[in-house]
Amino acid sequence: MTIALPAQQMAERRSFKIDFTWPVLIGFIALLCVLIILPMGWLVYYSLVDQDGAFTFANFRQLVDDPVFLEPMMTTVIIAVCSSIACCVVAAPMGWLVARTDMPMTKLIRALVTASFVTPPFLGAVAWEILAAPNSGLLNKLYRVVTGAPMDEYLLDIYTLPGLIFVISCYTFPYVFVLIANALDRIPSDLEDASAILGGGAWTTARRVTIPLALPALLAGALIAFLQAMILFGSPAILALPAGFHTMTTKIWSLFQYPPKPELAAAASLPLLIITVILLRGQAMILGRKGYTVVGGKGAEPRLIKLGWWLVPAMTFVTIVLMLPVFLPYFALFNAAFSPIATTLVTPWNATMHNVWFTFFELSSTKTALKNTFMLGAMSATLGTLLALVISYLTARQAVRGHRILAFLATAPIAIPGIVLGVGLFLSYTRPPLVLYGTIWILLIAYITIELPAAYQQLQSAFKSVHPELEEASRMLGATRLRALRDITAPLLKTSVLATWCFIFVSTIRELSAAVMLFTSETKVVSVLIFDLKESGDLGAISVLGLSMLILTFAVVIGVSRIPGFGGGTRLRNT
Amino acid sequence: MQLSRRALLKGAASLAMAGVPARVLAAAPPAEAITPELIAAARKEGKVSYYTSVDLAMAERIAKAFEARFPGITVRVERTGAERVFQRIGQEYSSRIFAVDVVNSSDAAHFIVWKRQRILAPYVPEDVAKHYAAEHKDADGEFAAFRLMLSVIGYNTNLVKREEAPQSHADLLDPKWKGKMVKAHPGYSGTIMTATQQLARDLGWSYLERLAQQNVMQVQSASDTPKKISLGERAIQADGNEYNLLLLKEQGQPVEPVYATEGTPLVVGPNGIFKNAPNPNAARLFQNWSFSAECQQLIIDVAALRSLHPLAKEKPGRKPLKEIKTLKEDAEAVEKQSDEIKKRYTQLFKV
Repeated sequence: MTIALPAQQMAERRSFKIDFTWPVLIGFIALLCVLIILPMGWLVYYSLVDQDGAFTFANFRQLVDDPVFLEPMMTTVIIAVCSSIACCVVAAPMGWLVARTDMPMTKLIRALVTASFVTPPFLGAVAWEILAAPNSGLLNKLYRVVTGAPMDEYLLDIYTLPGLIFVISCYTFPYVFVLIANALDRIPSDLEDASAILGGGAWTTARRVTIPLALPALLAGALIAFLQAMILFGSPAILALPAGFHTMTTKIWSLFQYPPKPELAAAASLPLLIITVILLRGQAMILGRKGYTVVGGKGAEPRLIKLGWWLVPAMTFVTIVLMLPVFLPYFALFNAAFSPIATTLVTPWNATMHNVWFTFFELSSTKTALKNTFMLGAMSATLGTLLALVISYLTARQAVRGHRILAFLATAPIAIPGIVLGVGLFLSYTRPPLVLYGTIWILLIAYITIELPAAYQQLQSAFKSVHPELEEASRMLGATRLRALRDITAPLLKTSVLATWCFIFVSTIRELSAAVMLFTSETKVVSVLIFDLKESGDLGAISVLGLSMLILTFAVVIGVSRIPGFGGGTRLRNT
Repeated sequence: MQLSRRALLKGAASLAMAGVPARVLAAAPPAEAITPELIAAARKEGKVSYYTSVDLAMAERIAKAFEARFPGITVRVERTGAERVFQRIGQEYSSRIFAVDVVNSSDAAHFIVWKRQRILAPYVPEDVAKHYAAEHKDADGEFAAFRLMLSVIGYNTNLVKREEAPQSHADLLDPKWKGKMVKAHPGYSGTIMTATQQLARDLGWSYLERLAQQNVMQVQSASDTPKKISLGERAIQADGNEYNLLLLKEQGQPVEPVYATEGTPLVVGPNGIFKNAPNPNAARLFQNWSFSAECQQLIIDVAALRSLHPLAKEKPGRKPLKEIKTLKEDAEAVEKQSDEIKKRYTQLFKV
């Protein structure tokens, strides 16, 4: 009886004050429906009609019959499987070394992995062209100088399927690494202690206890790597087309070239969507059973394994791994930015500022693109964080009965590859009543939709870590839910909110696949401009633009995390 | 039954009308000079958006020259391959986004389509009326040939000896060049689209079929192939812009163009302005200046393009156009065949 009392009081209070909870909930559900269901609805509709709007299955039939579609589909699956395996093979031992051994400089290593996450994959692909194009690539030139091999012999050829898989893995591995390292960080040492007490050596403990506990994270990592590799557009467009093959994303994009075939593009998008949904369901089923086994430890420091003499090979391994997505590509971009020719080594005698001059003073799209990019980045990050904040509050506190729908809708876009969303939004907003195509709003919608799931998951887990007692106290004193949220919970969540803001900001800036479907000449963003420059082979301008974009991104992220009152300590987290 | 046949006939008649009518109805409007009034009106608009497929660096040079000549008007260059420009304008217009003022395309067939859609504004610059031959301008004054280009074979002189260099398209099919060539794409580049039509017509699709067996590296832009052979990434370009190659050569890069014995594809790049141009006066000013002897000399001097303006002089040291055997340009045929060309090309080259 006494427990019911506060609720009764609350109900009485409610009659005096307007509680906005219900309108807010309904508003948010409606908003999410517009964001997600509208574009997906048009996508499905288009895939089932012919050019005159009559119902047909012909689009799907063509998809299955025509080798023009079957080959890219097979290629995409091969790429996704191979890079998923490659990422795990590299990220698992590295995550273990960083989290569970006495390896030095782990903070630096984690920071460098974050740097490889911030690097847009398409920029990495261009950098690897400069490094490993068979004849002009810097690494191949080095190989010929060292071995004295003839002019047409080479060590690496990036314009091949393995080359593409390699480059994709370079920029997908951070996702796996972060998942595994975070999971290993959280494994409590009690279990390992138990193993040690029972006579298990360090290696036995690692093999029999630590690794099995980290397996769910590894599985989740493998899945994310698979999905990322499958839906990536930039790297295949840059590396696969010169080699003479398509992936599904480049094929979908080519269907929008003249004469555009939106019906076929819609049909070709659906398999990507369906595969993603199936895999995510599978992951939820597996992790739903195993995921929590390691959570709830008392937070003792994890037991670090002494590497001893193994430190040398371990450090070598980590250095090589970081060379591939970070050191070498950045070196290549830096070289190309100041070299008269992208694939000639810069020396003090041939260094030139021509590319910098050209990019900032002659290239007339630079300013517009930079402005659009950073404006969209800041807007998406701000609105996305706010949206995710409210939704995760409503679901984490189970504030209202509809919260499950809300949680589902907020996570659903994770299953929508960027290029598919791009197609869907294009089909939805190039028609009345809402013609958003040609404005930056369509890009804003795309970015918020794409980043919502990650933002939601981060903030939801943050909410769970703040005990509801404090909010309840505020509610009992008569505050509405929104007021309690503003005055009590929000200040406690600053760090997470900031991390989420930065995450969305960075992800928006490196996004290409949706933007490439939705831009117009006046709403061009830097990623699209770089892609344009790539097609005409202007490597110098790409390097200058890419490096400036990275510097600005880091500046914004560092600046934001130093805002007074927000305590700093922000660290990018991946989902 | 009868009714529907009559309706059909009527439809067919109106379609046929749509194909030719402008020529019957109207001749070109009177020629116009660059007047102080035009400059003042353009300056009031303050900007002009220029969609073009000419190489980015050249496009920006042209834009900067215009800005220097008419201070107070900024040029926003939107550069991509001609086929992309065409798609972009089509997509923007179908969403009623009117962003383009002036267009320059290396695929003359696009102007046939735009003219048919009646979206081009008739406007005849003084120099076009006075100096340009009838075959280089539209009879109704909707566009004229801004630039002339060649799609040439070329090679890197460090990787291929002069005496071993291919002399013809047929030479490119030699097995010794397998894996050593780079080629641009007709789905992106108007130059390559136009050239592919001519090569398929004069050498047959079998030429392209056999070229596809040579393991060529496929890039998009016709201005990328010269850059790729200049880097030494491939020894030979099967096609690509002559002007980029000439500029690289004049900068001291180890590249050399080849004017094929069968003839070199000739590409005309017209300019036009749109009825719905957001900056109509600046568009007219830009269009007018584009055809002046001043601008035409500029595109020869800084961009190594070729001009149809009789007062513009070819640069010494470059092979004069009249000494080069060229293939015949046929925009009408390109317009009819472009979808088919893209389709067959994709089948042969896989992308």
